[in-house]
Amino acid sequence: MLTKTEAPESYTGDGFALTRLEKVVGLARANSIWPLPFATSCCGIEFMATMASTYDLGRFGAERLSFSPRQADLLMVMGTIAKKMAPVLKQVYIQMAEPKWVIAVGACASSGGIFDTYSVLQGIDKIIPVDVYVPGCPPPPEAILDGILKIQELIKHEGFRRRESQEYKMLLSGYGIE
Amino acid sequence: MDQQIADNQLLDYTAIFIQFIVAAGFVLTTIFASQRFGPKRNSTKKLESFECGIETIGNARLPFSVKYFLIAILFVLFDVELIFFYPWAVNFRELGQLGFVKMLVFIAPLLLGYFYIIKKGALKWD
Repeated sequence: MLTKTEAPESYTGDGFALTRLEKVVGLARANSIWPLPFATSCCGIEFMATMASTYDLGRFGAERLSFSPRQADLLMVMGTIAKKMAPVLKQVYIQMAEPKWVIAVGACASSGGIFDTYSVLQGIDKIIPVDVYVPGCPPPPEAILDGILKIQELIKHEGFRRRESQEYKMLLSGYGIE
Repeated sequence: MDQQIADNQLLDYTAIFIQFIVAAGFVLTTIFASQRFGPKRNSTKKLESFECGIETIGNARLPFSVKYFLIAILFVLFDVELIFFYPWAVNFRELGQLGFVKMLVFIAPLLLGYFYIIKKGALKWD
């Protein structure tokens, strides 16, 4: 299914278009996501396939991966997160600059997957807020791309004030993040 | 007539100046506007040095070996000398014997310095 990116709702005239800054910034942010691949297991390998030429995540603007949270927009958690790894993941999330989004790729990141055991964190949403979950064990690259497209929709429609809002602060304090 | 043509030459570059201002302006605007109007959140945990998510250990500012500095600074010095060689190489024939002698006068102190460096062992890595 091909979707064409349309210009945001704008008042157009002869050689100009007038629209809201929020929409332009949302479009710019959505089409230039810099992901941080937090790849732990098999889903990481599916992500490698997604970044490679057949499925190419770079088409959607996510060409430049960053392994430093300081320069990343999207934290992609792909793989099983053990309870020992949980504080590391949380610290990486905290050190990302606003605005930031999180995508949980695969069953293990979403809910612990088949590893319902004492050592595996049953879903990363126990420690950080997640925006999009991609189910699958592992999800095929098309599913990962679908998740990224959904993140793009979220980014496009997020306003300027969300990150300063009370609701967001309550969400973070629910996780113990200042 | 000639003066007028000469005066206009700067105006001919108007389009280039505008393009430069737009390019530099876009970069500066996006950097400063996103810094000013973007969302911010600061906490002590966030401002800690990034050490792949684990606790930071020790101080990053430790003394390190001087050999790195020496190699870098000597490279810069001899690279600048190299830059002077390029126009000489292009105009070698036109400059003739006198030009060659002048270049030797230029190179001599630098060559002396090079021998000094080798004798002093500044380029020794270990």
